[in-house]
Amino acid sequence: MAVIASRHRSLALLGGVLLAQVLLLAVQIKRDSRGRLLRVWVVTATSPFERSGAWGVGRVRGVWDHYFALRSTSRENEALRVENDALKLTIAQLQTKAAEADRLAVLLNFRQAHAEVPMVGARVIAASPGNASQTIEIDRGERDGIKRNMAVITPDGAVGKVIEAYRDAAQVLLLTDKDSGAGAMLVGSRVQSPVGGTGDPLLVMKYVPTDEDVKVGEKLVTSGMDKIFPRDIPLGTVAEVKPGNPFKQIRVQPAAKMDRLETVIVLLTQTPLEFKTETPNGTGTQPSDANAGQATAKSEKP
Amino acid sequence: MTEEYELRSAETHIEVHKFFPGSIVLVTAIALVLQSTARVYFPKLEMLDLPLLVTVYFGLSRRNPSTGLLLGTVIGLLQDALSGPTVPLGFYGIAKTIVGYLASSIGARLDTEHPAARFALTFGFFVLQQAVLVLTRRLLLAQPELWFNTHLAVAATVNALVGTALFLALDRLRR
Repeated sequence: MAVIASRHRSLALLGGVLLAQVLLLAVQIKRDSRGRLLRVWVVTATSPFERSGAWGVGRVRGVWDHYFALRSTSRENEALRVENDALKLTIAQLQTKAAEADRLAVLLNFRQAHAEVPMVGARVIAASPGNASQTIEIDRGERDGIKRNMAVITPDGAVGKVIEAYRDAAQVLLLTDKDSGAGAMLVGSRVQSPVGGTGDPLLVMKYVPTDEDVKVGEKLVTSGMDKIFPRDIPLGTVAEVKPGNPFKQIRVQPAAKMDRLETVIVLLTQTPLEFKTETPNGTGTQPSDANAGQATAKSEKP
Repeated sequence: MTEEYELRSAETHIEVHKFFPGSIVLVTAIALVLQSTARVYFPKLEMLDLPLLVTVYFGLSRRNPSTGLLLGTVIGLLQDALSGPTVPLGFYGIAKTIVGYLASSIGARLDTEHPAARFALTFGFFVLQQAVLVLTRRLLLAQPELWFNTHLAVAATVNALVGTALFLALDRLRR
């Protein structure tokens, strides 16, 4: 009898908790509220640990990449490698630091090339803990002038936009998320159309009429029409074109390496920048000429 | 979450395990932080759902449906909060509430200590969670979502394998 009563209690509790969460979902949809209070608490509480975790994981990966992963490449030297363990560990640590310095140098070059444009570099400290969204968390927030809907890029190209800014952290919605999108323009034909995510690694260009000539390999840049990304930021490359009615089905490989984001740049402005969309080595990150060392945009206060 | 010892004599004398104080909170926090940070450096870990594994493990071990569902609720809501504003609070919460409840209910009736049983249960709970997430997306949020695909089948297998190994490690936290 007591067991039945206990089971009924837990069933009632289950029903109550589920009902409460369904109502919570309904309230958020109806009022377009996203439970900011709870999110602020949770992100504020976890971001210090995520910073530490990112640092720790980065160190472990560095040691793994530069030490353990190399072991299989030279088994015949195993004995010698064992003797040099301590030295290799030291080298691995130095290489990790060098790689980080390289990444920061790229950011610094970019920063210097666009000195007049307010922007801030940030480290990626976490990603969405589930597959329901494609977001990352960065270690800069409102204290650094970051606000919602600011564009986030890397020297390779557009990454996404800030969807929530907290005091010392911010969440960025990647272009690959289902709810994400950006105004895009084909570099060759100058055809404009939104590009959106699908949750997959590739983006989709949505409304290009079927009679437009679009070729695989063609570059895309931001059009600036979304009022989030400035014009002419590299967005990606056409990876697949299929006929459709009335619009072509176009899939786009993002220019930024979405699965390897460790440092990003948040643009504290939406004024047009001058970018070169392609370089001889295809990276597309350098200013277009000597004068482009200074961005054409006027600065905005962050 | 209370961590008092409990023995359910009416349910075939299956032992309810007691853990070191704070271990449930600590393991939950570590799982959430690891889930967020490790993916930055190892993108393939996106198929791993550590919060789900923690929910299943403590549900199966504690064998109390009320605490199991509440733990699932808390873990799910925290996962929602960390997922960004595009994921409404309650999305993972509902799924993990159901998983927590069923895990602790099954744990109260069956012996779930054998690795094979743990593998099968974790696989099943991953599929169940996915089904609940899809239903939530389609019915409550009116958004399209795929039911199941090869990637999810692989993810269920990977989670079951990792879960089986992880549960052995977490067994050391029992008193």
